[in-house]
Amino acid sequence: MRFTLRIWRQKNAQDQGRFETYEVDGISPDASFLEMLDVLNEKLIHEGKDPVAFDHDCREGICGSCGLFINGRAHGPLPNITTCRLYMRHFKDGDTITIEPFRAKPFPIIKDLVVDRSALDRIIQKGGYISVNTGSAPDANSIPVPKPAADRAFDYATCIGCGACVAACKNASAMLFTAAKVSHLAMLPQGQPERRQRVKRMVAQMDIEGFGHCSNTGACAVECPAKIPLAAIAQLQRDFIWANLTPDPQIK
Amino acid sequence: MSEILTIPIPTKTEPSISWTEGSPILENRCPSGDLEKRWTRHKDSLRLVAPHNKRKLEVIVVGAGLAGASAAASLGELGYQVKVFVYHNSPRRAHSIAAQGGINAAKNYRNDGDSIWRLFYDTIKGGDFRARESNVYRLAEVSVKIIDHCVAQGIPFAREYGGYLDTRSFGGAQLMRTFYARGQTGQQLLLGAYAALQRQVELGNVKVFYNHELLDVVVDEGRARGVIVRNLITGEIHRVAGHAVVLATGGYGNAYYLSTNAKLSNATAIWRAHRRGAFFANPSFVQIHPTCIPQSGEYQSKLTLMSESLRNDGRVWVPRTPGDKRAPQSIPENERWYYLEEWYPSFGNLVPRDIASRAAKRVCDMGYGVGPTGRAVYLDFSDAIKRFGREVIYQRYGNLFEMYEEITGESPWETPMRIYPAVHYTMGGLWVDYNLMTNIPGLYAIGEANFSDHGANRLGASALMQGLADGYFILPYTIGDYLATQLFVKNSTDTAAFADAEKETRERIEKVLSTKGTRTVDEFHRELGKILWDSCGLARSASGLSEAFSKVRELRERFWQEVRVPGTGHEFNQNLEKALRVSDFFELGELMIVDAYHREESCGCHLREEYQTEEGEALRNDNEYAYVAAWEWAGEGKPPILHKEPLKFEFVKPTVRSYK
Ligand SMILES: Cc1cc2nc3c(=O)[nH]c(=O)nc-3n(C[C@H](O)[C@H](O)[C@H](O)COP(=O)(O)OP(=O)(O)OC[C@H]3O[C@@H](n4cnc5c(N)ncnc54)[C@H](O)[C@@H]3O)c2cc1C
Ligand code: SF4
Ligand code: FES
Repeated sequence: MRFTLRIWRQKNAQDQGRFETYEVDGISPDASFLEMLDVLNEKLIHEGKDPVAFDHDCREGICGSCGLFINGRAHGPLPNITTCRLYMRHFKDGDTITIEPFRAKPFPIIKDLVVDRSALDRIIQKGGYISVNTGSAPDANSIPVPKPAADRAFDYATCIGCGACVAACKNASAMLFTAAKVSHLAMLPQGQPERRQRVKRMVAQMDIEGFGHCSNTGACAVECPAKIPLAAIAQLQRDFIWANLTPDPQIK
Repeated sequence: MSEILTIPIPTKTEPSISWTEGSPILENRCPSGDLEKRWTRHKDSLRLVAPHNKRKLEVIVVGAGLAGASAAASLGELGYQVKVFVYHNSPRRAHSIAAQGGINAAKNYRNDGDSIWRLFYDTIKGGDFRARESNVYRLAEVSVKIIDHCVAQGIPFAREYGGYLDTRSFGGAQLMRTFYARGQTGQQLLLGAYAALQRQVELGNVKVFYNHELLDVVVDEGRARGVIVRNLITGEIHRVAGHAVVLATGGYGNAYYLSTNAKLSNATAIWRAHRRGAFFANPSFVQIHPTCIPQSGEYQSKLTLMSESLRNDGRVWVPRTPGDKRAPQSIPENERWYYLEEWYPSFGNLVPRDIASRAAKRVCDMGYGVGPTGRAVYLDFSDAIKRFGREVIYQRYGNLFEMYEEITGESPWETPMRIYPAVHYTMGGLWVDYNLMTNIPGLYAIGEANFSDHGANRLGASALMQGLADGYFILPYTIGDYLATQLFVKNSTDTAAFADAEKETRERIEKVLSTKGTRTVDEFHRELGKILWDSCGLARSASGLSEAFSKVRELRERFWQEVRVPGTGHEFNQNLEKALRVSDFFELGELMIVDAYHREESCGCHLREEYQTEEGEALRNDNEYAYVAAWEWAGEGKPPILHKEPLKFEFVKPTVRSYK
């Protein structure tokens, strides 16, 4: 297959950045999108040009490294899939494909298609965990968890931290990401003691990082490769109101 | 030290495999006495560091996969000052995230007769009697606490309707001791360890440096004193000093180019440590996983694993007639050859990985292979779907089926999967003693980066167990024993050892950038991978290995003359990162070949064609090879030095491993 690629090139954070156009040919329909970029990069190196920087690692949709804005959509034309799990058979021979980084103020560009998503880690730092020290846990089966709750917790816990929800959102909100963690822990008995503090502190950190507000358009869930449901956001909003409006029994 | 940088001049004579033998390793700090009491007694004998003193001690942890993140979090909880370095842009992206199937633990929640002893025995036997009894017993012992801790962290393991934990079976075991979180166990465990780490960051006990790659280990007067790291965004080189250095940098399966490992996984950290004096144990012990999606084209960048858990319900077969081109669904039952069930009736499709991989190779070599290349076998779920219904099978393997369909365009609901073995895991790694310390005092290796527990073959669901055992429950104790001796050491980066290491790192970068040849790093890496796969993969032979050795040498020399790495060292440069990693794979590849050549027996993953039974089973030689081969770096282009650590079996009797 043949493609014309319009790719965002930007030398570093200071550079203005611009689109450049490249041609690739002889691409197998069974090649993944990232493998197609590998082919382009090999060609660029041979031509003495600078290859295109992009993030990737596992190439099976789980590490959350890859993240390209392809033809105006986070992770490309298919819903709920990472860029690395997108195959060229989903494009038409001869297509022109526009490739940009995930754009959002809290995600500064490092080079070309690589952005800094460490803001997401800082949200987790504010309480995306249960405060238990190694060595202090009781026997695992002493905390039974009803299967439906455990299954729901799992569904929320599968977020891969890719940031597609932010890139897909017109407000650059990180609500789906934060809600996934809040809801995962809210489902479990172990998550209860810190539940109020967690939601308050994580939401506050989202604001500090400069993520926008959630206006419930649902664009995030369409792209989310982990299929985090919008119900997570509803859960976060309920917890947030509850945590702010009712007295905290732990504080005398 | 400058000799390390000299690149050998191409010689006219064919390089040949050679090594010298050094003194045996007689001290590995394994305790003696009753197996069940060893770890407890050992812990009780370790030196302690008082809480107020812990704050004065700085520990460098490189890597934040399961092993590194769990260790760093636990060390932070204890009160040490911890600095973590990862080349990833977040600790949550470590390769551990991709583990699918599960984690073993001797909980006996099923009442199926499991015990610490049985997990220990299965692991020792699974490793074909090439691991230490003391270490493996300890691993089985702490496995129980891992599950407790992970549940307390809120990890959403699979549960039964009663609310209690569910388990399943895995290869090499006749019990159901594998805990899992759908097909994403590694992800959930890593996110648990990552969250614990982030909590310590928030508390100020741990600092994590993202996008920082270790390029050298600094050893001064025989002790590890710190590391040299490169900031991958700016290209700056930094010296970092610490009272101890922990390498949790994962395995080196990517030496083969194509593997199931994440693309960036590499051996640089452990290889640089090796060049600084750390012994590298059993480098040729590489696990080849039986159930991976076969390669489909030259452009391919990695191979995708289909979890071993699939062998719980999937049946492996090939057509009874070689070259049968019919669609698998139209081949009647009596014309299908369920070769694993036939050859190994008591374990059937759940034989250990090395056995299943070799069997797949054997039937393909015999001409029974399927698919366009004839290098694949079927993994068929139709019976299981009939027996349990779609819903149950979806619950168990839904995401794996989707992944398979995405990659191949075929649906496992309709047609059997096609699978073939691929490089997956490295049992070899830095040699460590019972305290997980390398032979360089102050330098530790944990997780896949060390060689410790899996012998010549790892059982499924045991790497996650080992990584977390090392990080949560072993290293935090044992490292104190060393740190207690370092209280009065003042860390400084202003030493000749740091200056030398930094200078050498800069020169290495300069050299690879200034070569300005005509071929890309990937082209070299692919070629290296092919040589290793053909000679040091599923089957090995003296002649194949000798030939491969000279090919790797030659390729390495060409690399330094012909490679082209665009850009500079003072910027974000992914090609430079790759070039440095691949250059280390060349040297490691040579050592893997030497190790495979020297071991004139077959054991576990290591099948020497000269040493097998008529049925193609491994022929071990316990009289001559019941030892760990720990290799010492002797200098550029010089034959490595072999140190043998004899393996004593006091509690289990090495037997011919049978899964029939
Ligand atoms: C597809 C797949 C599925 C698997 N499934 C299972 C399973 O079901 N059960 C099981 O038990 N095992 C499984 N395994 C094996 C298991 O996942 C790994 O062995 C284990 O996760 C390794 O963990 P680790 O912490 O040692 O290293 P890794 O997770 O590889 O982490 C390495 C860390 O080191 C860092 N690093 C490396 N080098 C440097 C450097 N030079 N400088 C700075 N940082 C560095 C990286 O950034 C990373 O943080 C699977 C493996 C694969 C490939
Ligand atoms: S919520 Fe979904 S889209 Fe957002 S970071 Fe997590 S996985 Fe990515
Ligand atoms: S590369 Fe890991 S999710 Fe795409």
